[in-house]
Amino acid sequence: MITLNVNQKQYQIDADPNMPLLWAIRDIIGLTGTKYGCGVAQCGACTIHLNGEAVRSCVTKVSRAVGQQVTTIEGLSKANDHPAQLAWNEANVPQCGYCHSGQIMSAAVLLREKANPTDADIDAAMAGNICRCGTYQRIREAIHLAAKLQKEGAK
Amino acid sequence: MKRISIVIGTPLLLIGLMAFISGNSSKDKENPLPPFKKDSIASVKAFGDVYKVLMSPRCMNCHPSGDIPLQGDDSHLHTMSPQRGKDGKGIYAMKCSNCHQLTNTPGVHTPPGNPNWHLPPADMRMVFQGRTPRQLALQLVDPKRNGHKDIKKLIEHADDGLVLSGWDPGEGRTLPPMSHAAFKKAWLTWLNTGAYAPKK
Repeated sequence: MITLNVNQKQYQIDADPNMPLLWAIRDIIGLTGTKYGCGVAQCGACTIHLNGEAVRSCVTKVSRAVGQQVTTIEGLSKANDHPAQLAWNEANVPQCGYCHSGQIMSAAVLLREKANPTDADIDAAMAGNICRCGTYQRIREAIHLAAKLQKEGAK
Repeated sequence: MKRISIVIGTPLLLIGLMAFISGNSSKDKENPLPPFKKDSIASVKAFGDVYKVLMSPRCMNCHPSGDIPLQGDDSHLHTMSPQRGKDGKGIYAMKCSNCHQLTNTPGVHTPPGNPNWHLPPADMRMVFQGRTPRQLALQLVDPKRNGHKDIKKLIEHADDGLVLSGWDPGEGRTLPPMSHAAFKKAWLTWLNTGAYAPKK
């Protein structure tokens, strides 16, 4: 058995240590907010946080997550109220929505490391998250809004 | 005889080279170094092989002239345009180890892996791309431009884990143009014969 800490909860799973973490999260633990896109770290749909970093869970082995802190979109905030989540909702960012849990997880890292990102910062940070609906303009708008919400929330 | 100029920028490095070689030549039986003997012809000839390897995609792709790594056997700019960052490990949600795992990911064109995957840091970019043999040779032995490596560290660098990973690049990528053993022999020969730079 392998123990994983996902969203600050311990899970005992019976899985091959070489299994992609994405499978463990979705198919064993049952947290399906994280999506499968390409399977080869090219699209960003499967982005989760491993010790706070935006790793691609489709190519991350379960063994890499043992003893580490895994956070999925379900655990990003207690009430879906992370500034990025609020901003995504406010700006009506998603079209089909499939990529957006990954988009938000990447945006959350950007907002943590750069509280007031420029357009260039956003483009650099989000370049690994593809949206086939082409919602990039709204993603950028939402991240600016999230930065504002984050700043207000910190007051 | 071709006229060849010495590359070692500081007398200190040359002294260090000689001291290290003479101090090390008898103690390392598993990996004996050829005795230090200045030989500009042999040195430049050996650097020819070193240069072929360092300019191959497996080495050069992570020593780009810009701040975006290169990718593939044609050394195109890395898709998604990940950036070097201050420490060479990427920025924000685009850090190298977010995709590059501890080991190669199975499958063609999947991310190659290494626990220490990174570019040179922003303040020591150690560019290979676009360098002539002479420029690269001069750069490699200049501690101000080679990551503050003295001769001992340069020799050790041939066996660095990330250097070795060039010979284990994952599926679908060509290997450097010679074996690691042949590269290391050329590297040591170049250094041990005086680290001379080619004329051009």
